[in-house]
Amino acid sequence: MTVQETAGSATASKPGKKAKPVLSEGKKAERRLGLWLCAPAAIVMIAVTGYPIIYSIWLSLQRYDLRFPAQQEFVGLDNYIAVLSNGYWWTAFGTTMGLTIVSVVIEFVLGMGLALIMHRTLVGRGLVRTVALIPYGIVTVVAAFSWYYAWTPDTGYLANLFFPDSAPLTEYWPSLAIIVLAEVWKTTPFMALLLMAGLALVPDDLLKAASMDGATAWQRFTKVMLPVMKPAILVALLFRTLDAFRIFDNIFVLTNGAQDTSSVSMQTYNNLVKGLNLGIGSTMAVLIFITVAIIAFIFIKVFGTAAPGSDNGGKR
Amino acid sequence: MGKRMSASRRGRSPGRTGSLLGATALTVGLLAGCGSDAGLKINVYYAPEDNFQSVVDDCTKASGGRYEVVYNKLPRPADGQREQMVRRLAAGDDSLDVLGLDVTWVSEFAEAGWIDEWTGEAKAEATEGVLPGPLETATWNGKLYAATKNTNVQLLWYDDRLTPTPPKTWDEMIDQAKALKAQGKPANVVFTGAQYEGLVVIYNTLVESAGGKILSDDGKSVVMDAGAIKALEMLKKVTTAGITDPSLTNSKEDEVRQSFQRGNAAFELNWPFVYASYAKEKKDELKHFKWTTYPQLEAGKPAKTTIGGYNLAVSSTSKHKAEATEVALCLRSAKNQKFSALKDGVPPTIESLYTDTLPLDATAPQSDDNPSMETKYPMRETILDALKDAAVRPLTPAYQNASTVLSKVLSPPSEIDPQKTAEKLKEQLADALQSKGVIP
Repeated sequence: MTVQETAGSATASKPGKKAKPVLSEGKKAERRLGLWLCAPAAIVMIAVTGYPIIYSIWLSLQRYDLRFPAQQEFVGLDNYIAVLSNGYWWTAFGTTMGLTIVSVVIEFVLGMGLALIMHRTLVGRGLVRTVALIPYGIVTVVAAFSWYYAWTPDTGYLANLFFPDSAPLTEYWPSLAIIVLAEVWKTTPFMALLLMAGLALVPDDLLKAASMDGATAWQRFTKVMLPVMKPAILVALLFRTLDAFRIFDNIFVLTNGAQDTSSVSMQTYNNLVKGLNLGIGSTMAVLIFITVAIIAFIFIKVFGTAAPGSDNGGKR
Repeated sequence: MGKRMSASRRGRSPGRTGSLLGATALTVGLLAGCGSDAGLKINVYYAPEDNFQSVVDDCTKASGGRYEVVYNKLPRPADGQREQMVRRLAAGDDSLDVLGLDVTWVSEFAEAGWIDEWTGEAKAEATEGVLPGPLETATWNGKLYAATKNTNVQLLWYDDRLTPTPPKTWDEMIDQAKALKAQGKPANVVFTGAQYEGLVVIYNTLVESAGGKILSDDGKSVVMDAGAIKALEMLKKVTTAGITDPSLTNSKEDEVRQSFQRGNAAFELNWPFVYASYAKEKKDELKHFKWTTYPQLEAGKPAKTTIGGYNLAVSSTSKHKAEATEVALCLRSAKNQKFSALKDGVPPTIESLYTDTLPLDATAPQSDDNPSMETKYPMRETILDALKDAAVRPLTPAYQNASTVLSKVLSPPSEIDPQKTAEKLKEQLADALQSKGVIP
């Protein structure tokens, strides 16, 4: 803790310059100790995350199908060419992207509303928060099954109510809409939770001052709360975007990828676990990894450059 | 509406009874296990079957205390069963002894070296009196890799109050359904139209009935001949005639069964398990629930129906192969196949059982609790006829890929464009056979 703080203040004292801060002997020793203390955790992290990533990159460069063990060979980038030139992959990629964007936008709007309610509730605050969090506590697969039955004709009350003469889960747009609904229902509370933490960052004095100056409720929300909350909002959006991009359970249960509703994770699963094709499957896994890294990179860039009041340099 | 609700409520209770029975069987199994926990255990991995535990216990007893047979229940969906076994086998797990394989998996498991070839006396015993169709599914490259446990074949089910004379061909069936629809009666043709193996089964039957081929006999190249295209045309015709359920593309075996039982359909293409369910849930109407052979694609040319079912193989990583072989042979012995047919409704692979007239307990008189093939399996002759000239799904180690591609390209069947779809299949199946390219 102290190491970080001192290092942070040392950097901050010379903004915009790359020169290393001069440290005293005592501080150097403290920093060394800090590094030593971090080392075991860092090594474990590398072992459990680094190794599988490197191994899957290695696998993605091979023709390796578990059913034809004799035909294993190094094929360079052939698998990447096969996947990237395949229509199924791009359909799934488009579906995943679409689902991610739509569901995160809806979740953000609803989550913000929920967060404001939870933040401002005077009576039974604990109860309101608990109730709002219930969907997030339910296992996704279980929730997905209840949605599945609800939208299946005859057994499902929702299908019977809204689409008495058809089966929504067998059509393209209705299936996508139901998948988005299931996602939104499930993860809005998580979004709200993160946003509520952001709301706690907004000082009451600031809001009072704004209303003294004659700002309306909407102006206070957009001009005061949102800017102050921005770091928290971006973190919430980043988390949810990365999460939504890996969507699997809901699709697996609701449509099993029929009618082009497959996501990239579903397709990876189909090739890797069902098809036992380690080469192609790993290639897909690596591509997902790269996409996730790009998303994270974009978010962090947006962070660094556009966050207002980011006069604290690189400190996020 | 009220009628429908009560039907579905009635529909649920047997399931509950079934799981209760399963739980009881499990407890009994565990208790039985306590006695001989020091002894050798032979692990059987097999799909859920309500009364299979009794068969397993019987084989434990038959060993005379040398080993205990343990029934490890695999997940219900076929994909889940395969995934669990494959994951373990690929990792060299030596705790698997006897594997229950769907008929389409034998070539894959054999090619990958996960199961052992059957030779000598065991082979002779495993093949004795077995129908040729099921036997073919247990063979790969001319060698026997499994013992057939049960087979399965789809029939055409109908209600004789709606259609006193069942259709002989697909065209007749479509016409009759349209006529019924015009009269405002239940008219749908229901079958497994979801994007999964069930759709491939329907398609394979149509292809074989048209005398066509999807893959070559050695499973190494794609054929997709005129027959295969004719089958595509029929699949399109039946799904665009306005006589299929809106949820066709989400229907698997059980949804199909329920849809017919609720009285929404006139014709059901499904496996014989539907008879037992109907007998249980709509006993008073059972006498109107009739069956006949699968409709023909071309008039006068009997349909070749795709067979399903399970085979039992011995894992190549097993440490007790001799015992495992013995267990596999016991589990599928004529006596136990008859038991499973009567108790769980799975058609036997041994031909003589279809003409067997003795009740389950041969020493006691025939009754409701002591059924025979005659009382519990009235459709046995139709099944036997279908089995004698049955179709086998393409045999290839890459079947899983081929099937995934087939079900994807064929779904939804109403959007098939015969020539174009055939081209697409040709191209993608070729990749799938090489385990190259992406499966959807």
